[in-house]
Amino acid sequence: MTTRKIEILVGTFIVLAAAAFFMLALKVANAGVSGSGESYVLYAKFDNIGGLKVRSPIKVGGVVVGRVASIDLDRVYYTPVVKMEINSQYSNFPETSSVAILTSGLLGEQYLGLQPGFIDETVEILADGDSVQDTRSAIVLEELIGQFLFNRGN
Amino acid sequence: MITDKLQNLGRDTINNIAGFGRSGIMLFGALVGKPDFRKGFPLFIKQLYVIGVLSLLIIVVSGLFIGMVLALQGYTVLVKFGAEGMLGPLVALSLLRELGPVVTALLFAGRAGSALTAEIGLMKATEQLSGMEMMAVDPLRRIIAPRFWAGVVSMPLLALVFNAVGILGGHLIGVDWLGVDAGSYWSTMQANVDLYQDVVNGVIKSIVFAVIVIWIALHKGFDAIPTSEGISRATTQTVVTASLTVLGFDFILTALMFGG
Repeated sequence: MTTRKIEILVGTFIVLAAAAFFMLALKVANAGVSGSGESYVLYAKFDNIGGLKVRSPIKVGGVVVGRVASIDLDRVYYTPVVKMEINSQYSNFPETSSVAILTSGLLGEQYLGLQPGFIDETVEILADGDSVQDTRSAIVLEELIGQFLFNRGN
Repeated sequence: MITDKLQNLGRDTINNIAGFGRSGIMLFGALVGKPDFRKGFPLFIKQLYVIGVLSLLIIVVSGLFIGMVLALQGYTVLVKFGAEGMLGPLVALSLLRELGPVVTALLFAGRAGSALTAEIGLMKATEQLSGMEMMAVDPLRRIIAPRFWAGVVSMPLLALVFNAVGILGGHLIGVDWLGVDAGSYWSTMQANVDLYQDVVNGVIKSIVFAVIVIWIALHKGFDAIPTSEGISRATTQTVVTASLTVLGFDFILTALMFGG
């Protein structure tokens, strides 16, 4: 009987540890929600990406639809090119859509705001590997303050 | 004078290196060879109970209190910047990356490591190990191996429990007492914690610490001078050596995992 009791307690221990791991994986790290699932790739060129980082969220109206996969420099023009991975369930963005680098709060982290554009007969839907043409760069707070001070001087 | 000093230094060095060698031979004898699951598995389960389950209480209680203290201390600093929403990542990342594996290893060395050393040391002093050899039972395979595997399996599991309980403790203080928004506690945590970078690396750390602590504990017991004084010294050495080695390796592992 004592072996049975010990085995039950060891079983409980293993179950408890597995529960802890799943809590950490699902509730804390939130894996499986963003990592898995089909996604497709869009590109966007910016003049200045500010503090945007790899794995920064891409939001449409505040809803996360994807993540920044990589950030590179264009070899010809030396402008930043951002590779965006967007969930396949949101695959109907027209080519008139625009992307802006926004900041959550005054000091918060930066994210990509995707703004869906209008659709008519001549507008095509963005497919895997296409580029978003209409982009707005990050607002760099220091430049803004600099401009403000410069204008005040005049 | 100087030659005496040199002689002492040389003797200590030789003894240390011989100790490394003996511990390596002990582990090799215990682990290498054809495994016998039918005989070994019940012994392994028994040790999993003694080493893992009985350590659960101290792990849960310290995890809870360390999570609570982290939340309390973090809050007083973060609230000055109006950034108390970042309390979740602060608690979760400190636990997952550092405190979980390290504090679990230190507690484990104190709770289970010392007990193992004393047990095996006493077995040696009462000549049970020699008795086993007389009966053609390999004490390395029967005594050392199940304890080693039980320690290596149970410590990462204990660290996971420690992390989970600590994060819930942080929630208890941060959200229920200090009034941080529950949604921002969890959502900023989810945005900042990565499964592989943080959770899995913490588990890897914990496995490395488990091997270190359990190996030192078993070796000190197996190598103890078979007297009451020798066993007491071996038990002390287990806790001191294991704790220091864990802290040293923690720095190396942190530099490798999160330094670059």
